[in-house]
Amino acid sequence: MSTATTQTPQRRTFTAAASNYIDERTSVSTFVKELGRKAFPDHWSFLLGEVALFSFLVILITGTFLTFFFQASMAEVEYEGSYVPLKGVEMSVAMASTLDISFDIRGGLFVRQMHHWAALMFVAAIGLHMLRIFFTGAFRKPRELNWVIGFVMFILAMGEGFTGYSLPDDLLSGNGLRIIDGMIKGIPLIGTWTSFLLFGGEFPGTEIVGRLYTLHILLLPVILLALIALHLMFVVVHKHTQYAAPGRTQQNAVGPPILPVYAAKAGGFFFLVFGVLALIASLFTINPIWNYGPYDPSPVSAGTQPDWYIGFADGALRLIPPGWEFVLFDRTWSFNILVPLVGLGLFIATVLIYPFIEAWVTGDKREHHIVDRPRNAPTRTAIGAAGVTFYAVLWAAASSDIIATHFKLTMEGVIHSLQALLFIGPIVAYFVAKRVCIALQKKDREIVLHGYESGRIVKLPGGEFIEVHQPLDEYDRWKLVSYESYQPLMIRPNARGKITVGQRLRAGMSRWFFEDRIAPVTKGELEAAHHEHH
Amino acid sequence: MAQDDHSGTELAAADSSHAETVPAVKTGTALIQSDAFENPGFPPHRPRVTDEDPKKEKRAQRTVYTLFYLSILGSIWAIAAYMLFPMEGNDVGDVRLNNLFIGLGAALALLGIGFGAVHWAKAVMTDVEIADERHKVGGNVVAREGAVKVFQDADRESGFTRRAAIRNSLIGALLVFPLPAVVLFRGLAPQDENPVELLSHTMWKAGTRLTLDPSGVPIKAADVTIGSAFHVIPEGLSELHHGKLEEKAKAAVLLMRLNPDELNELPDRASWSYDGIVAYSKICTHVGCPVALYEQHTHHLLCPCHQSQFDVANHCEVIFGPAARPLPQLPIMVDDEGYLVAQSDFTEPVGPSFWERH
Repeated sequence: MSTATTQTPQRRTFTAAASNYIDERTSVSTFVKELGRKAFPDHWSFLLGEVALFSFLVILITGTFLTFFFQASMAEVEYEGSYVPLKGVEMSVAMASTLDISFDIRGGLFVRQMHHWAALMFVAAIGLHMLRIFFTGAFRKPRELNWVIGFVMFILAMGEGFTGYSLPDDLLSGNGLRIIDGMIKGIPLIGTWTSFLLFGGEFPGTEIVGRLYTLHILLLPVILLALIALHLMFVVVHKHTQYAAPGRTQQNAVGPPILPVYAAKAGGFFFLVFGVLALIASLFTINPIWNYGPYDPSPVSAGTQPDWYIGFADGALRLIPPGWEFVLFDRTWSFNILVPLVGLGLFIATVLIYPFIEAWVTGDKREHHIVDRPRNAPTRTAIGAAGVTFYAVLWAAASSDIIATHFKLTMEGVIHSLQALLFIGPIVAYFVAKRVCIALQKKDREIVLHGYESGRIVKLPGGEFIEVHQPLDEYDRWKLVSYESYQPLMIRPNARGKITVGQRLRAGMSRWFFEDRIAPVTKGELEAAHHEHH
Repeated sequence: MAQDDHSGTELAAADSSHAETVPAVKTGTALIQSDAFENPGFPPHRPRVTDEDPKKEKRAQRTVYTLFYLSILGSIWAIAAYMLFPMEGNDVGDVRLNNLFIGLGAALALLGIGFGAVHWAKAVMTDVEIADERHKVGGNVVAREGAVKVFQDADRESGFTRRAAIRNSLIGALLVFPLPAVVLFRGLAPQDENPVELLSHTMWKAGTRLTLDPSGVPIKAADVTIGSAFHVIPEGLSELHHGKLEEKAKAAVLLMRLNPDELNELPDRASWSYDGIVAYSKICTHVGCPVALYEQHTHHLLCPCHQSQFDVANHCEVIFGPAARPLPQLPIMVDDEGYLVAQSDFTEPVGPSFWERH
């Protein structure tokens, strides 16, 4: 490659010739010229989305390998592979072929474990990426739709995870399907028939693995790929956000060029993600189905756990108190199923529409390309903290039995505590996070106005000791003062002299969001602070 | 800063006052202070050690190519491990070694490339930051008006709005045409079966022997000692060629013998047990997990999935957890040979609740 960029324009280099050949057939040079030297803002937190993307690529690569060996059939066979403890045991072809991948194909277990670890990493990275977007306000105009796309991908990723988890038809995943079946049956009106159609008859039937396989390797990946393309296309259209720093504005995007620095970093990072997953897969067992055995509706082992990302839903089921089922109009209403389903539905729907709520409250129609530091949007950060706490309690509830046995607590005590925490926890988290944000903002103001504590103690001629404060230079100061705050909305009658309910709601929300706010230090304030000192 | 020799599109640092010169967009309730600080522009560029010290740069280059060579080594090692660690000997230890060494080789191959490329980018490649100008995403008013006009022209030429009868009938047809495809999905489940019917019955009939799961050996009442519990399936289930798991998912039963004094039976079910021996459905009434854990001294059954607890001494009523209904009881008795048999099928559907259950 280095020869291609030598300064001998009169000589026809290989790169020029190759470019010419390709370009005359594809017109791709416009694309390269447009994108090749784009600035790509850089920050460690921007890597979270890349981890998600790259683990998805690892999933595609390892998954393709697995499809060559896995057989998605629930026909019964007697296991004859080389894992001795299960020899002669009746199981489905799906389970037997998964065991063959693990015990009879060299490197098969490695690829299988890498696939599973990558899936766990994929969902985790999407979750963290979403948290980064949320807490920095990167979902604001013009990126609201990309938030929605990302959210849909998060749901699809969980769907991919669950369908894949169920394919080996082992005892653990079979119980997972049993739970899904029970939940579907609890849905009013359509539940019984939905379950009947999904399983192709009575549970467990002989169809479900094949059907989940089609979803897992065809339908869901295709939708995911299309959405990833759309997601990244929007990143190109919007250009990446950046954190406030000297020289960076809402009108520019500052960073290393895509070619070569960003490409090398991101390309290298793909190999790092791939490599770390390979390392984990070679060292740590995941989903040892040979310990669980084939699915059988009768046995189950204590301390069963779903994959981590399903935990919050399982936890929601566990936290329902006894007796939430009624017979009304001669039909069974399973509120012990409905409440978790609807509750989680509302929770994730709130996450989905949050960007639109905040945009409505602020009324701000400008584009935002400089992302917030979480402390500079205290109410948003507090709402996020409350949401994270809510999720975390549900997630902990999925391990209620393990918590109880591990810490020698009663099962009832753990459940009752988590039930209380589910409501109290988010409220406490909200106020703590908000106060911490405001305290940090005050500290920032303090630093801008009076400088850093230098740790240097000086004795004045009068005998007084003072600590010398080091003033900030203008570049460091800019990072602390370059944000905007919002005022609460004043209720004003509209053109017809009326105050609508919507107006009142909006004003109320606005007061809730922006009543406690700390404005950034202004030039005048700094001036005044300097005068104080002299 | 912001200099780059390969492209002319870079710009000098803009300052934030630039933003306020175009106040066309609503700022909502944002508080824009008049004496806010101005963006100081890019700070002076700070060279890296590799920019200043040729020795350090050489060393960084060495590190990069060493990492790439290590990667090659890792790939070769992974291939060698594939051959050196066979796993055809029915030994789990061989599988572990095969997994470990192929994996370590592959990890080295990948991490070598990864660390090498990142180090190359960070320490050796020219350290420039460039600034691209952003354009308003929907900024082009002319194009937008053009797009609106295209739709208006198309509407006028086709009469989509004007010719309401055509439009509405088309919408109707488009709404209806996918329905046959939806109907086809009825074929996902057998045509001649009704889930409500199937869910209401199990394999148990009057006289079906209670047998051990999974061996199928019938159980004599005399063999059931006080305090013991058995996992039970109906006689004949193991021999089923078709629908074995489906039947088992409904018919699995737990058999326990309590001291008759401790057993608090409902009056109408007094004849459903035999000498302190009771049989209950093993399928949880919550979402259908097997309620497999029996605590002997409290007579409590625990479902390991969502921790519903049932009190066997009190006709398996729910004492904790999300389940709402007691486990259904299987009426049992003893036949002429002393074996435990069912008096009938369960008197209610077993397992998770469903809409038409009642």
